Amino acid sequence: MATITPTPPTPTRSSMHLKTPSLPRWAPLLVIAIAVAASAMLGLLLGWGPVGIAVVAVVLYLVGVPLWSRLVEDGRRAKDRMMTGLVWTAFVLALIPLVTLIWKVVAEGLPQINAEFLTYSMRNVIGDQQGGIYHAIMGTLLVTAWAAIISIPVGIFCGIYLVEYGKTSRLARWITFLVDVMTGIPSIVAGLFAYALFVLFFGEGVRMGFGGSVALSLLMIPIVVRSTEEMLKLVPDELREASYALGVPKWRTVSKVVLPTAMSGIITGVTLAVARIIGETAPLLIIAGKTDGLNMNMFSEPVTTLPVFIYFSYTQPGLPPEAGQARAWGAALVLIVIVMALNLGARAIGKFFAPKKGR
Amino acid sequence: MSTTIATRDKAPRRRGDVIFAGIARGAGIAILVALAGVALFLTLEGFPALGASGAALDGAANFLDYVWPLVFGTLLAAILALLIATPLAIGVALVIAFYTPRRISGVVGYMIDLLAAVPSVVYGLWGIAFLGPQLKPLYQWLEEYLGFLPFFAGPASSTGRTILTASIVLAIMVLPIITAISREIFTQTPQLHMEAAMALGATRWEMIKLSVFPYARSGMVSATMLGLGRALGETMAVAMVLSASGVVTFNLISSTNPSTIAANIALNFPEATGLKVNALIASGLVLFVITFAVNFAARAIVARTERERS
Amino acid sequence: MAKSIDISDLDIYYGDFLAVEGVSMSVRARSVTAFIGPSGCGKSTLLRSLNRMHEVTPGARVDGKVVIDGQELYDPMIDPVEVRRQIGMVFQRPNPFPTMSIYENVLAGSRLNSRKLKKSEADDIVERSLKHANLWSEVKDRLGKPGMGLSGGQQQRLCIARAIAVEPQVLLMDEPCSALDPISTSAIEDLIHELKTDYTIVIVTHNMQQAARVSEDTAFFNLAGAGKPGRLIEFNPTKKIFSNPDEPATEAYISGRFG
Ligand SMILES: Nc1ncnc2c1ncn2[C@@H]1O[C@H](COP(=O)(O)OP(=O)(O)OP(=O)(O)O)[C@@H](O)[C@H]1O
Ligand SMILES: [Mg+2]
Repeated sequence: MATITPTPPTPTRSSMHLKTPSLPRWAPLLVIAIAVAASAMLGLLLGWGPVGIAVVAVVLYLVGVPLWSRLVEDGRRAKDRMMTGLVWTAFVLALIPLVTLIWKVVAEGLPQINAEFLTYSMRNVIGDQQGGIYHAIMGTLLVTAWAAIISIPVGIFCGIYLVEYGKTSRLARWITFLVDVMTGIPSIVAGLFAYALFVLFFGEGVRMGFGGSVALSLLMIPIVVRSTEEMLKLVPDELREASYALGVPKWRTVSKVVLPTAMSGIITGVTLAVARIIGETAPLLIIAGKTDGLNMNMFSEPVTTLPVFIYFSYTQPGLPPEAGQARAWGAALVLIVIVMALNLGARAIGKFFAPKKGR
Repeated sequence: MSTTIATRDKAPRRRGDVIFAGIARGAGIAILVALAGVALFLTLEGFPALGASGAALDGAANFLDYVWPLVFGTLLAAILALLIATPLAIGVALVIAFYTPRRISGVVGYMIDLLAAVPSVVYGLWGIAFLGPQLKPLYQWLEEYLGFLPFFAGPASSTGRTILTASIVLAIMVLPIITAISREIFTQTPQLHMEAAMALGATRWEMIKLSVFPYARSGMVSATMLGLGRALGETMAVAMVLSASGVVTFNLISSTNPSTIAANIALNFPEATGLKVNALIASGLVLFVITFAVNFAARAIVARTERERS
Repeated sequence: MAKSIDISDLDIYYGDFLAVEGVSMSVRARSVTAFIGPSGCGKSTLLRSLNRMHEVTPGARVDGKVVIDGQELYDPMIDPVEVRRQIGMVFQRPNPFPTMSIYENVLAGSRLNSRKLKKSEADDIVERSLKHANLWSEVKDRLGKPGMGLSGGQQQRLCIARAIAVEPQVLLMDEPCSALDPISTSAIEDLIHELKTDYTIVIVTHNMQQAARVSEDTAFFNLAGAGKPGRLIEFNPTKKIFSNPDEPATEAYISGRFG
């Protein structure tokens, strides 16, 4: 792949021409410089914004390099150079959102963060008084924790069933298929399901934190099943046989040999699954609802979570709107930090718990 | 040491084994039940909407009239998103697989994965507060110079909260999915094919065109389909970015935009009562069926190519 | 505590495929019996059917009788797990448990079955087994380190220690030296010599000299033809097999190898 570079065929006769005219290595850099300079000059003259200047510079580059290559080299290599330019352009374009998003969230959110913001709720907060997101943080943690409590055992045991017991049975094939289906359930549909289920027991307009956990676990279970399955498949059969040969029953083999061997991968998968659902908004909007105060009871009354707080605080900020919207940015920063920490944590856990090889 | 091997006089199945296997099987069956529950409860709660009309359906005569504009908006936004995301995602995957040294490509791949980790509500914030205003001048430009095309007929939105903006946000959200799968397939291209192309004196692009794309084509298709599944169901980013009015139009830059099923549910559910709730649930069922069909097609493509390869 | 094994008319299947046909032989107690024969003739398959490991493979089954100490192994009343506790096995490739230390690996047989052991008892078992396996002096200072950190030969001896820590009556070894260098191989052969005073040992090997060196009896297996099941061709004292075998096929196989 990246290691392969076009190699000319080995010369058989001394009369072969192996040196074809080609552009110097620094040619693309030079064109970039010229394109940026030219576009900036034009832009300043005609009064474009920085975006316009960048666009024109890219176009100049994408035209300039192939043109030069066409004159010095040949058509094929001109095309190759153009595609290289296009591919890199796509790459930079894809990174712009990530960079601007993080910059925007940090720039808007950081000024909001202080002790009060993190330790007070929004109860009885009017206008631009300082309020806090403590209730939303706790709501998120509790709803996610309950979702994890439901999903982790079901997901891991289902993975165990698929790899260790079901194998190619009809039931296992059905479950595999349905787990695939579950992976594709839109999150809002999961929320509607939880609502439709709880409405049967609690009547119309039901809102409770646990309902949110049920909805989230519908999204989390397939991720846990998949990663458990992958990890269990990586455990070599030799270990299972070694255990059987010691007269260990299957269930102890699975629980004491296979699972511990796969544990680091499973924990990583579970952590990533938690990171994925902790930012979910739509299902919680529907079934967990929203409230201004702290509600630690998951089984009655609405619970606010961070994503839902962000949504309402930005779209229905109250008066003056600036205060509510600023709180939304602060909460967004907190949420992103939690999600990124979980992602990094997942990698660290994977490394930390991996079976040790050292002497 | 005792010499008896037989320790029991009935069928030698251990209690621990029976219980453990039972729990594992039970967990599997729980998933079956959960999905059956999803289908059942959504149908139960959605069914009353079929007989509804008028206020519960925002004035539509029947349920079909009610969902049709939403289905249209859902498909339009998702397909636009894919048109934007697919070339970008494949470009990014190519960069990671063929244009950077392996050491760097790991880091770059991780950065793209981070894009996938950002919660959708934060994308919504970013779309409303940053992307929309940034795109406003572009929409004015499009209206002025390309206004003869129905897509850019305008009048250009003054907030930038158009269906095109929503699609761009969606595109960014599905890009990591398409990139991750394509990258995986690209790196699996048999070395032999690539070296064969190289030995013929192909340039890097010719090598990609001759040996990588043919090998990866169906994988790229199914990656795109999975991205489509995600884009169809994505809720918050659209609900926040789009200023929707439930029309059916191909005009991409005006301030009257079609809504999507998911966004419509998110926007109306918190305040809905009575039959309105049933109507929203029924529309959710429609969304479920659409995404199911798309995902199913994607998996079928994957399964078929896997069978062909093995 | 060692036991003899009587095999009569054993057919071994993988699904519908008959892998081994009509084997009858009896393995003497407190001696080493070697299985030799070309690849694919069913040596491993037969060996695994002696401690009911064969049925771990989906669809695998067995017809016929294996009698150990008067008990029929394939009697429906027999618990395969209990069988495996008393008939230990060492595999071709060393397979210590990666999540366990050297110490825990040796005790795995008891620990995995949640047998309660006093600390002093456990220490005793570990020391005795490792000494028996000729590994004690090399690892006694790092018992707490992961078993995967040992060299291949050490890992294999750790697996042997693990197998004998539960004091089985029979020890089955499937090409235990094939992944090892000559020095580790000879260490394990020495070990087999010592172990046979206490255990009945069956060893599969592709190495003629090894069979000649370590075993009292040798069984030669062969395939009747491609796709046909493997059969026992000759079972005799090792001396006889290697000097003047009854069957011309045995002679051909052995002399082919000895050049
Ligand atoms: N898990 C299995 N499923 C189906 N057939 C198998 C399986 N394992 C082995 N066989 C078949 O059973 C026959 C005997 O295999 P076995 O592994 O016992 O041979 P072997 O004598 O041990 O060979 P080697 O010397 O190469 O280890 C072979 O034809 C093999 O293909
Ligand atoms: Mg073998």
